[in-house]
This record gives sequence, structure tokens and C-alpha cells, in this order.
Amino acid sequence: MTNQALPTEVAGDGVMSTMGNTFEAPARRGTRKWRLYSKRFLRNRMAVVGVLVFVLIALFGIIGGHLVPWTYSDVDFLAIGTGPSREHWFGTNGSGNDLYAQLAHGIQRSLTIGVLVSLCTTAVAAFVGSIAAYVGGRTERIVLEVIHFLLVVPSFLILALVSNSVNGDWRMLIVVLVLFGWMYYARVVWTMAMSLREREYVAAARYMGLGPAAVVLRHIVPNIGSMLTIHFTLGVVTTIQAETGLSFLGFGVKTPDVSLGALIGDGSSQLYSAPWQFWFPAVTLTLLTVSMAFVADGLRDALDPNSQAGGHA
Amino acid sequence: MPTTPAVTRSTVPSDSHLRGTPLLRVEDLKVSFPSEAGTVDAVRGVSFELHPGRTLGIVGESGSGKSVTALSVMGLLPDSARVSGSIRLLDRELVGLTDRQLSSVRGNDIAMVFQDPLTSLTPVHSIGKQLVEAIQVHQDVGKIRAWERGAELLDLVGIPNPAVLMKSYPHELSGGMRQRVVIALAIANDPQVIIADEPTTALDVTIQAQVLELLKKAQAETGAAVIIVTHDLGLVAGMADDVMVMYAGRPVERATVDELFHHPRMPYTLGLLGAVPRPDDRSGAPLVPIAGHPPLLIDLPDRCPFAARCPVALDKCLDNEPALLEVHAGHGAACVRSNEIVDGAIDGAPVFPLPEIPPGVMANVPREQRNSVLVVEDLTRGFPLTKGAVLKRRIGTVHAVSGVSFDIRAGETLAIVGESGCGKTTTLLSIMDLAKDAGGRIEFEGIDLSTANRRATRELRRRLQIVFQDPMGALDPRFTVSEIISEPIRAFDLAPAREIDGRVAELMDLVGLDPAHVDRFPGAFSGGQRQRIGIARALASEPSLLVLDEPVSALDVSIQAGVINLLERVQHHLGLSYLFVSHDLSVVRHLADRVAVMYLGRFVEYGDVDQVFGSPVHPYTEALLSAVPVPDPAVERSRRRILLSGDLPRPTEQQTGCPFASRCPLKPTLSQEKQQRCTTVSPQLEETADGVDHRYACLHR
Repeated sequence: MTNQALPTEVAGDGVMSTMGNTFEAPARRGTRKWRLYSKRFLRNRMAVVGVLVFVLIALFGIIGGHLVPWTYSDVDFLAIGTGPSREHWFGTNGSGNDLYAQLAHGIQRSLTIGVLVSLCTTAVAAFVGSIAAYVGGRTERIVLEVIHFLLVVPSFLILALVSNSVNGDWRMLIVVLVLFGWMYYARVVWTMAMSLREREYVAAARYMGLGPAAVVLRHIVPNIGSMLTIHFTLGVVTTIQAETGLSFLGFGVKTPDVSLGALIGDGSSQLYSAPWQFWFPAVTLTLLTVSMAFVADGLRDALDPNSQAGGHA
Repeated sequence: MPTTPAVTRSTVPSDSHLRGTPLLRVEDLKVSFPSEAGTVDAVRGVSFELHPGRTLGIVGESGSGKSVTALSVMGLLPDSARVSGSIRLLDRELVGLTDRQLSSVRGNDIAMVFQDPLTSLTPVHSIGKQLVEAIQVHQDVGKIRAWERGAELLDLVGIPNPAVLMKSYPHELSGGMRQRVVIALAIANDPQVIIADEPTTALDVTIQAQVLELLKKAQAETGAAVIIVTHDLGLVAGMADDVMVMYAGRPVERATVDELFHHPRMPYTLGLLGAVPRPDDRSGAPLVPIAGHPPLLIDLPDRCPFAARCPVALDKCLDNEPALLEVHAGHGAACVRSNEIVDGAIDGAPVFPLPEIPPGVMANVPREQRNSVLVVEDLTRGFPLTKGAVLKRRIGTVHAVSGVSFDIRAGETLAIVGESGCGKTTTLLSIMDLAKDAGGRIEFEGIDLSTANRRATRELRRRLQIVFQDPMGALDPRFTVSEIISEPIRAFDLAPAREIDGRVAELMDLVGLDPAHVDRFPGAFSGGQRQRIGIARALASEPSLLVLDEPVSALDVSIQAGVINLLERVQHHLGLSYLFVSHDLSVVRHLADRVAVMYLGRFVEYGDVDQVFGSPVHPYTEALLSAVPVPDPAVERSRRRILLSGDLPRPTEQQTGCPFASRCPLKPTLSQEKQQRCTTVSPQLEETADGVDHRYACLHR
């Protein structure tokens, strides 16, 4: 980063000259911002590839299941544990379920869990963390105590117990994952918001008579927005991994319902006798998480105002 | 590179009037850095000679290449920098030496004093250890001898009790003390050249005066040549023998200090001198800002880089970049019209005409007939001092503000001046916070804040707005200019949605911004423009009182003048009142009608600005005024400087007696009995004479 080593102000002014030439009518306010973001995002090739792969996998999850006569729970007694064939594109498992249909459904289930959980934890963390930092005093102390308490609770154990007791209901799994997933990031948000709280534009907003909720929503959350977006994207990855982990161990989604983790768990026991049962879901999972990681990387370049990775706007 | 090196070399004004070989000879120094946008030519051909015992001042605004020049002499540029030209120390060439080879020069032959004394000392080592290290690197002496030498050095730089201080850590010292230690480190090995890069920018004026005095002393002790890099023309006027003005990476004028200040020949130098407010100026004439901004140092075309901002530019200025030519012996200027410029004018017309500021709407109303906008009575604010991590217990109170009273009438400006830690910002924030948890009474537009209900409070908020110091931090980087300026309009519901765009454009026009830029982000603007956005936002809710917290101290002088003029113009146009807080007495003198000098949470002198600055009574005001550098070498030489000893005491104890007693230069001259009174009787603000707006708090004046 040569720019940072430069003891002149040239780097900062560089933006000025290049942004100076375009001007749009005030009626289309805000469009410039998004154009800028998308331009920077598109400059990161791997991120674009990531989006494409993710969209393909998601499409496969949504409509893939309708392209074959089988549903994920149908059992074909004539083809038990057979390899990929014209009838069963990805083969079948030991019970005679069509693996293609199961994979499509598993993606759907895993993605739903991943996106919902990540969305909820990010939202909760952002709001709780920044309110605590902005309001300060007692509220802040209590919130931090709760966070610290929840952080030391052995959440994995509780997760396993709860999901076992509701018999692998994926909706309950979402609730539990959110319940034990927001604290760590809330603490990160709290530290970021602490430094934002001291900014003069936050003081200026307060002197305009804006209330705490308005200040937090208008000035604090948007300024950690890029971090939140990145956290959300990476959160999808970690949630899917957590869910697969749980399902693999038998604590997550359970038969007859199917998720990527459950498929991998089943497949791993037949790795040598029926490798397709393991490799199709495993490769899909890898593609899914890697593509999301690339997307997160691209978003960071695009959204961070200090980012130099994408060059000048 | 627009000019060929040969041209530059042959046109350097010679130092022939100085006999002897130069200590340091820099020839055609060029430094460039790679960047995303292209190669930045930070220094584009600097040449100078430095003789023993002389002081060279390098002046320029940020980005002019002055610091890069200093750093390249020290060999402290980042690895990515490309350096060409020659830097010779006696007969040793420094350009091209490796870092290891330079290490024997750095600290030994050339020493550097950096701007920020906090970051130039290692926090984890004691002062003594750092001094011993500096001495032992270059001298073959034992540890005990080095330790003794360290203590001697501390004594030399005026640190009381050096033996104790050797064992302290940097964080235990005040800023002024730290800078003394840094100077002690710099002179530890009797360097031949001392480079001071903005040595006092981070310090208060009274401390600045001490440190400058010390630098002079260090120079006298070591016989070293000094290079002072600064943006402060006043400092140069008092310290330097020769001055080099830099613009866009090149020297544009170079002369002896008297010659440069009294007969400048380059429009940029003229502009800088006209843009600086002076603490001894009572005319109240508007400042002369230089329009526009310094150019980007990327792919500069071959033309005068200042032409775009120059009021007397001709077509031939665009033909090629003028070289630094000798106007007469020892005076060089890089301007095609330098021979036409006589006493700041060409053919009798001033190069920079004075801008017109229309008289204020309230100008003809005497003060007594104006309404009071803000009345503050006996404002007191303390912060609890706590100890312990788990169970916090109160061990004392920091008395930030104690018993401050003042009033501001419509259309006038009250300035509060004082050094950092005197409580001026706390006073201001107490008012902005509408005096929650502060003692005393604040009345705004006739409404007592303590009795105001919710609705009245909301209205108060609207009528009382603030402009902050840091133009970047004060604007939400995610908002467009339009969103920033319209925020108060929406928050207070002052205009229907369809009228907001028009109102924003009107405000931008008022503060001198192009309304076409409404959709840009703050990052796309320069510091001065950002400050204008901040002012527009503050004006959006139609306030009657603007609180200005050091509004121009983060700006370059040429930009600062424009913002000061804007503040004046806006005040005259709208009849606003300002409560203005600053440590810069020159700006205060220029902008304020009335001034309050604050020391340790109390006003020590208060009244009409011409009275207080023209005939100061309180010893602290006197010392403060004498410490401010004046951009005029003749004045600087003839004035008597009152040096205060020591630093601001810690405001943790409620003091009996005069708060200034511990540093007062008057007190030691008094009789025993009178000194006794200083430490026991707390002086109150008293009027000087009937009917004169001037009060002071001193028992013996």
C-alpha cells in the first residue's frame, strides 16, 4: 500500500479529480452510490464467478427437484444403492431414495437455514451492539453481561440437546442457531460502534434532536453496513457448515427430511462401496461455501470506502 | 518531468553572499511515489545549501513536498520512493546509500525532531533507556557514562529534576516535556544538521514558545545548521535566516527572511502572507484567500502550477513552468512576472485585491440595544475521577469549568481562547448538551434551559447549532452532500419534501459551494469544502447561535482565510451570533468582537477584543499574546517574549487562590505579603474602568 506511506495528501485528493466530471440530476438520488458499488464489485472476477456459482446452486435447489419424476422421499425399491444411471442421475442411496432429488431438496433446506440464521444473527447483533454502544451506561453494562454469559455457555451441547428433543425440526434448528449465534458478532459490532459514537457527525445528529434509535439506524448501522454485509455472507457459510456438522453427527436435520449435512453424513459411511453418495453432496457443499467466500471478498472491496483493492472509483 | 535538470541547476540562487563551504548541499532533488492513480511527483527539483549555524525555513501547505524533502535528507522515505538528484553532507553523497550506511549518518550527523512528540518516543522504554541507546549507537561510551550524559542533556533542555525523569516513561510527561526529550535525543550526538518537521504544531502557544527558544539554544550549543519545516509563517519569521517557499513540489521563492517577508516577488508567497490573520492587526480588513486548490502532483503539465489560482496569471504562464530565477542577489522567484511585482502590487494594483464583505445587518445597533441570545451564569462542570476496575470509587473531581459567566448578544462573536485542557471545549459542550449535569444557569433566547419543556427544548436545539473542528469526522461518509445538508431540515420538519432540494441548493450557494455537486460524497471534497458543507448543515435549521469549535484549525492557511471570510459574511448576512472556541489567537483577533481568556476552567480576562488584545492586563493574557508568532521578522526580532515556566497544572484539585499563581511571571516580582495573597485569595473578574468592556481577574494589576 504505497498510498498510506505517502506523506502528502495526494491520495485523498485523487478521488476528487476522477469523480469530478460526472453529475446526475438530483431526482435520481442514490443511484450513484449503487453504480459505484456494483462497478467495484464487478472488478473482482472471482466474486463474479462466486455469484454465478451460487446462483446456479440456488436455482438447482429451487427447480432442480421438479425435473425428475422422483421426490426426495420417494423410495425406488428396484434401485437400492445403485450408481448414477439414466433413471437416477446421481444414483440412489441404501434405502432407494433418488440422490438427485435429495440433493436438490438438501440444498434448499441448507440454504434456507443458512440465509435465515445469518440474516437474523446479523440483524440482532447489529442492533443490540450499536444500541449498547450508543446509549451507554446501565444498558451497555447489562447487554455486555448477557453477551459474556452467553459466550461462555457451551452452546454446541445445548444445540445438540435441543435439536434432538424436537426431533430434527429445521425450524427449531433455526431458532436455536440464532439464539446462540448472535453474541460474538454483537460484541464486535459494539467495539466498532464505540468508535463511531465519538464521531462528530453522530454528535451533530444528536444536536439535531434525533433520538437514539434514529441515530443508530441512520448513522451508526450504515457505517458498519459493509462489515454487516460481509458478516452476513460469511455467516451463511458458517451456518451451513454448522448445520452440516450437526446433521452429520446426527443432531441436526433428520430423516425423512434431508439437508446437505445429513446427505454427507449418510454418504460418508459408504465412501468406498458407493462413492457417489458422498461426493455429490460434498462437492456441492464445497462449491457453495467457496462461492460465498468469494462473494464476501468482493463485497468487502466494493463496500468499504477505504478499500484500495478495487482501485479508484 | 517538465523541466530538464540542467535548467534548474543553473538557475539556483547562489549563496555567494555567504562565505565558506556549505554543510549540506541539496541539488535537484526529485522524489516520486507510485500510486494507483499514477506516479506522484512529490518533490520536483529542490536545491538549497545550508551553512553552519544558519537556519533554513521550508514553508508550504500540505502536499507541497516540504516534509518529503526533509525526510529524503534523513533517508527516511518508504522503499517505494524513487529519489534522484544529490544530497551532499560535506563531501559525502547521501542519495543512493543503503539504509545501513545511512544509519551512521542519521542521529549522528543529521538529527530530526518530529511533529508528534508522543509517537516519536517509544512508550515501553524509559526516557533514560532511550537516551542511553541514542548515545551508545554512535559513541563508544560505557552505560554509566551514557546515563550521566543523558541526564546532562535533559538538564540542558530545561527539564527540572533530570535524574528522576530519566526513569520515567513517555506517557508520564506532558507534550511540551516530551518534545524537550525529543530535542535532547536529537542533540545527543552533537549533530551538524538538525531537521525539525513541524516541531511545535502539536503544542500550545506558550509551550511552543518554550520549545522554539530551546531549539535556538540547542542550535547555539551545537553550532548546528537547522532546517525548520512548517506551514506557520509566523514561526518562520521568528526562527529562520533563509526561507524557501514550496508549492507543488518545487521551491517557488527563496530569499533571506527579511527580504521574503518584506519584498515577496512570487504571487503565491504574497497570497500566503495575505491569508494569514495577524494577532497584532486591529484594522479588521478581510483576509485574502487564494482561490482553488493545490494541483494533484500526477502528470503535471509543463506550465506554472500556480497559474490556475493566480490572480495575475498571463497566457505566457501556461507556456512552460518558470524556473527559480534570481531576481537579485540571494533572492530567487519562480514567476514570469516577478520583476513587475513591487510591494505586493503590479503597476500600483494589488496582486490580491481585498475581498468585499458587506457590513452586517446589525452593524449600526449598539451592543446595549441588542437582545441577549445566550446568557451563561456561573457555569460549573466537574467530572468524577474514579479508581478501581470492578468497584469504582470516586477519588476526586476534575474541575473542568468552574464559575464561568458570559453573555452573547445578537450578531456578535464571543471567542473563548485558552490552551488545551483549559476547559473551553467543555464549556461549549455543556451548552450544546443543554447543560445536563452541569451547575449554573444557562438562558438561551430568554428561556432558562433548566425549566424548558420538551417542545421548547426541541426549538432550542434548532436555534443552536455547531460547526466542528475536523471537517472529515463531522460528515457522515455514507451520506451525499444533499443528505447531509437536508438532515436537519427533515429532523426539524422545516420544509415540505418537495422544497428540500431547493433549500439545499440555496444553502450550498450561500456557503460558496457549487449546487451541482449535491450528489457527491464528502470524500470527494477538499478540507475547506468539507468545512463549508459542515457550515451549510449548521445553517440549515436557521439557528440564531452557531457554536464554532476550532472551525479552521485543521485547514491550510490559504483555505482557512476563505472559511473565515465565509463565516464573517454569513454572520453579516443573517445576523447570527457566534460562540467561537480556538487556541489560535490570530484567528480570534480577526473574527471575534469580544474575547474571554480561559485558564484552568475560569475566565481570567474578558471583554472587547481590541481592549483585551490591545492592552492586556492579566499576566497570562500577556504571556499568551507574546508567545504567538507574528509573520513579520522585524516585529519578531524586536518583541519581548514572556516565557511561562512549566505546564498547565492538573485540574484535579479545587484551588485556593489564583489558578495561575504557579506559573505567573508577575508573582516572583511581588513582595512576600502580596505573594501570600496570590495563593490564598481567589481573584474575581473586575472591571478596568467605568464603561469600558474589559474585565480581568488579577489581584495585583
